[in-house]
Amino acid sequence: MNAAPAQPADLARRLRATGYLPGESAALVSHLAIALGKPVLVEGPAGVGKTQLAKALAEVLDRRLVRLQCYEGLDEAKALYEWNYRKQLLRIQAESDTASWREVQDDIFGEEFLLERPLMDAISSPEPVVLLIDEIDKTDQEFEAMLLELLSDFQISVPELGRIEARTRPVVLLTSNNTRELTEALKRRCLYLWLDYPELEHELEIVRLHTPQLGDEITRRLVEVVQMVRELDLKKPPSIAESIDWARALLLLGARDLDLDMFRQTMSVIVKHRADLDVVAERVGVRLAAGASSG
Amino acid sequence: MAARLVDFARELREEGVMTGTSELLDAVAVLREVSWTDRDAFREALAATLAKSPEDRRIFALVFERFFFRATEAAAVREGVRESVPPTPPTHDAAQDGDDASGELDLELLRQQIARAVQQGSEGAMRDLARLAIAAFGRQGEGSGVIGVDVQRIRRQIGLRAEPQTELDPEDPRAAGLPREALRRFEALLRRELERGQIERTEALPPSRPLSELDRALPSGPLQDLAAVHRVVAQLKRRLKTRGSEHRGARRRTHVDIRRTMRASLQTGGVPVVLKERPVRPRRPEIYVLCDVSTSVTSASVFFLSVLHALHDSFRKMRSFVFIERISEVTDVFERERDFKAVSEAIGRDAGVADISGYTDYGRVWDEFREQVGDDLHRRATVIVLGDARTNGRDPRADLFAAIAAQAGRTFWLNPEPRLYWNYGDSVIRAYEQYCQAFECWTTRHLEDFVEALARPTSTSPDS
Repeated sequence: MNAAPAQPADLARRLRATGYLPGESAALVSHLAIALGKPVLVEGPAGVGKTQLAKALAEVLDRRLVRLQCYEGLDEAKALYEWNYRKQLLRIQAESDTASWREVQDDIFGEEFLLERPLMDAISSPEPVVLLIDEIDKTDQEFEAMLLELLSDFQISVPELGRIEARTRPVVLLTSNNTRELTEALKRRCLYLWLDYPELEHELEIVRLHTPQLGDEITRRLVEVVQMVRELDLKKPPSIAESIDWARALLLLGARDLDLDMFRQTMSVIVKHRADLDVVAERVGVRLAAGASSG
Repeated sequence: MAARLVDFARELREEGVMTGTSELLDAVAVLREVSWTDRDAFREALAATLAKSPEDRRIFALVFERFFFRATEAAAVREGVRESVPPTPPTHDAAQDGDDASGELDLELLRQQIARAVQQGSEGAMRDLARLAIAAFGRQGEGSGVIGVDVQRIRRQIGLRAEPQTELDPEDPRAAGLPREALRRFEALLRRELERGQIERTEALPPSRPLSELDRALPSGPLQDLAAVHRVVAQLKRRLKTRGSEHRGARRRTHVDIRRTMRASLQTGGVPVVLKERPVRPRRPEIYVLCDVSTSVTSASVFFLSVLHALHDSFRKMRSFVFIERISEVTDVFERERDFKAVSEAIGRDAGVADISGYTDYGRVWDEFREQVGDDLHRRATVIVLGDARTNGRDPRADLFAAIAAQAGRTFWLNPEPRLYWNYGDSVIRAYEQYCQAFECWTTRHLEDFVEALARPTSTSPDS
């Protein structure tokens, strides 16, 4: 296993090596999270690389990534643990003649019959892991409350077994798209990282890293257009992932330059609402046409 | 240092950022991990532990600037540290007598240097040049006394403009216009240097100003400070959230949870002796909100809309309507948009309130509301009306309102006018008041009172 990086700059360098270009604060806060063993709450618009950060961290630290995708109605049986009652029943029936009641009772509430769900998995893993709790804002507040024990003490209480404490400290990342405000109690236990759309140069670097074959000129043009589109008042502004997709699409089409025709044909890669399409076609189309005639 | 941090946290709290002791402990812990000399890392590390939402982040940035700037200045005054050698501009006295040819040239050079630094946006160069600019153009010691005026005067003298200045030599960095963002930063640096000078002269700190005097009364002008309203509503949101849940439904339905029953039956050898029930999630109340957006309540409607916005965050089962002469449902606008500004624009643009006369017609509103919602109203629902009950002389149709109130569990009326003005002129709140609980609501304090009433369990309908 790799040693934990000693400095934020060091961590940033190694994140880069995995293909993730962190902003300054992303590298710093990740470093703090590793050093202090505190969970990080990552917020930001959709598609700025919140989930990707967790994946990259797992790769840098050479740890397994345990992911819990949250959704409305997620409960502890699906997040923490569940007794495998089918197996328990089988166990009882298989030995009902020979074994004493006491033995069976002790037996069926052993860890063998415990179905581990992601959170339990992350806690009880013998090797340290990176735990990603994705889109925490999609769950109920009740679920958030349940997480508190895990996040502050890294332990889970199972009534039949007692307390299960973490054998190793996982690095925990929680992501939120900010669709509702999280509780103070949860926020208090986390470091906070706000990821926003990157600046032009930063995004340019990211796109270049993922599609190095695409020409310099057109890549810059592409990123400029994406940034311009983000300025517009859209239902869903394009994310970084979408700029990369777009770059790939242009590469596939063998585009040399991003002109008006090419833009019209491919803009559905970055704009995904009917109403948005019209706005973008009109506003950006005009700019591109003007740029083409003057340049 | 810990003491300093506590001070800092107190200033944050005064500006409405919730920072607790555990956050402070974290802050101390993270500061051990970052190097002291790196200002950005220092700030980011503090922000990660103390400011945990985008709004808090914005306030944090302001307070951080203010706090640490003042801290260094206070220390300097205490220690008697002064700038030993005032920075020397290229021409020291040419600023006053412009006829010195060589001096003029140097001054022009300085102007160009500054413009170039602004154009490149390099923070360090701008900081150094800001001091030189003050020394050269600032007429030391006899500033106007108002820092803002001095800043603008210096800027004019250097000829820094965002617009292109075609009369200048095309080689001059000012000719093509300068980036606004960098200009703004340069002005901020000038301002800070001037403040520093003032502190040195007077050997005292100017009184610390709060970031914005947040009047707790509703903003009344058309140019309201949205951010201020929003901050109050954010606090309200928090309160609503914790309030609401403790009172919500406790009555249990019996839904057998097969999985848990089976598991429990293992203890009795597979015979389901104990039935396990599925836990009942607390039931969210259903809320219908009608919001007046006509001209008579213009000043309050921004506030009302932000209240609506906050309510939507807290209650999932909620339908909102805006009305002037007719009614229009805007629930989906709020569900689609998270950003308040986008919401209010969307409502202004496509809410489609048929606004012919611009005057409220309450009778028609009740009628249409019943038509649209009709049978969905039941004893568990709450209806909230935000409006001034000024009918412009039209029939209030209190009978229709009474029917709505009878059908719904609870009905509230929030009136943006002080109670004193109620029932004067064309205000007909009296006609409605007998069917609902009416609140005056023109400060956030009133709003909090109302929220408590809203979250209180219903006494009228015991079955909810």
